[in-house]
Amino acid sequence: MSHRSPLHDVAIVGAYNTRQARQLDQPETAVLLDAMRGALRSAGLGFADVDGVNVTSSVRRLHAREVVMWLGGRPCWTGNEIGIPALVEASLAISAGLCETVLIATAQAAQYTDRTLTAPWTRPSNEFVECWGLFTPAEFALMARRHMHLYGTRPEALAEVAATIRNHGARNPEAVFHGRFVTPEDVLASRMVADPFHLLDCAITSEGGAGLVLTHRDRARDLDVEPVWLLGAGSDKQGMAYVTAPVWDRYGQVGRRAGEKCFAQAGLGPADVDVLEIYDPFSFEVIRQLEIFGFCKEGEGGDFVMDGRIAVGGELPVCTNGGLLSFSHAGLAQLIQKPISAVQQLRGELPGELTVPGAQVVLCSNGGSGALFEDVLLLGREPAA
Amino acid sequence: MSAAGSPPLPRPTSLSRPHWEGCREGVLRVQRCRACSAYVFIPQPLCPQCQGQELDWVESSGRGQVYSYTVVHRPPRPQFPAPYVVAIIELEEGGHMLSNVVDGAPEQLRVGLPVAVTFRPMSEEITLPLFRPA
Repeated sequence: MSHRSPLHDVAIVGAYNTRQARQLDQPETAVLLDAMRGALRSAGLGFADVDGVNVTSSVRRLHAREVVMWLGGRPCWTGNEIGIPALVEASLAISAGLCETVLIATAQAAQYTDRTLTAPWTRPSNEFVECWGLFTPAEFALMARRHMHLYGTRPEALAEVAATIRNHGARNPEAVFHGRFVTPEDVLASRMVADPFHLLDCAITSEGGAGLVLTHRDRARDLDVEPVWLLGAGSDKQGMAYVTAPVWDRYGQVGRRAGEKCFAQAGLGPADVDVLEIYDPFSFEVIRQLEIFGFCKEGEGGDFVMDGRIAVGGELPVCTNGGLLSFSHAGLAQLIQKPISAVQQLRGELPGELTVPGAQVVLCSNGGSGALFEDVLLLGREPAA
Repeated sequence: MSAAGSPPLPRPTSLSRPHWEGCREGVLRVQRCRACSAYVFIPQPLCPQCQGQELDWVESSGRGQVYSYTVVHRPPRPQFPAPYVVAIIELEEGGHMLSNVVDGAPEQLRVGLPVAVTFRPMSEEITLPLFRPA
């Protein structure tokens, strides 16, 4: 039995990704408008139906209230969060009656060059980090190394994760790395970035937009689309990212509290989850999250991922759209692309060979150990019991 | 450091200045909570353990061990000549510090490697505390 949660009053009725690419030459506003229209189209709705917006972009630092003006002042509510917390914030507003239907959208375009290798938000400028030549792969590598030291986790396990997720993307025509299949051996043979991370253990850089539409359950049931229900959510924030040493003993479990709260609201446990659209900035983070969310014991994540278990067709498919390692890693859009992939998976909108038959419940996450935060969201084909 | 120029250097704040002044004097200074004796680094306005507001600057021995490390092969900026070692150092008094391990043979590097601080002047204001195998 689930706890009564205001999140249970809300469903996702629209989910859409624009074209994703290493580099988009369109104006960012054009990509953003595509994301907005596409999400509404996916919900069978139009701009006139929207009374809440959380629309932003990477380059223009667009404020949601500017978008209210684009929509003729009809929306009365604006959201400020990014990623999974944006869905939670919108849902609480809907449940409280501040608005009924919220459009969340964001985009990044025309920002990267074809030589861009690191995302701009991954270059910390803090005085106790930057001077050592730290950047995001090194931050997360320090976590992975400690895990390997404590539990004997092998580079082959990291490579298995990276290859599995990249091969999901290779089968997804919408993925930036569509068609680019790799073996674990390819991952291990790719050049080292920050050991133990090889190039293919790391998220790609890319551009694109994405959008979601959330509405009250009463409205959702009137629409001619299959709603996807919010079952639970949780956050675990342990500090600012990239300002201090990522010490495993202190921060390695970040997200555990979020997962526990999320499952408690839903009245579900790890055994009820069919698919994981969890955050995959680096291969190792998948291993860590399998442990902290309770899919295996601490230290056993490296063994858990072997032998096809996390591939589509396996026991617990992970990042079925190709994730940040292959599908896309664009601006702020990549954060909401986790729940978007969950919605597409539950609605059967992903390519047939990436569809998990009978999937009912998907766990999504943003964040990670090197970033000192984790946000979690549980979505289902059926509303909370 | 290299033809590409100096890497970005810390800009001390009123909170962190005693640490950087210590480095310039060849002393590794960290905060210590007067109430619970916890060592605190990076500098904080209050003790994260007990929320005590009286933090003293004390001298660390500068000795410790490698808690975790990574060898960076693809640097974020050209000013960092790769490969180089980024490590978390666990100080013997307690507390953890990010730094670079220098002067060691790469095959020597491991979790638990004993290290000691060494100071490298970078500018008039900034001297960086680095660590080398002890």
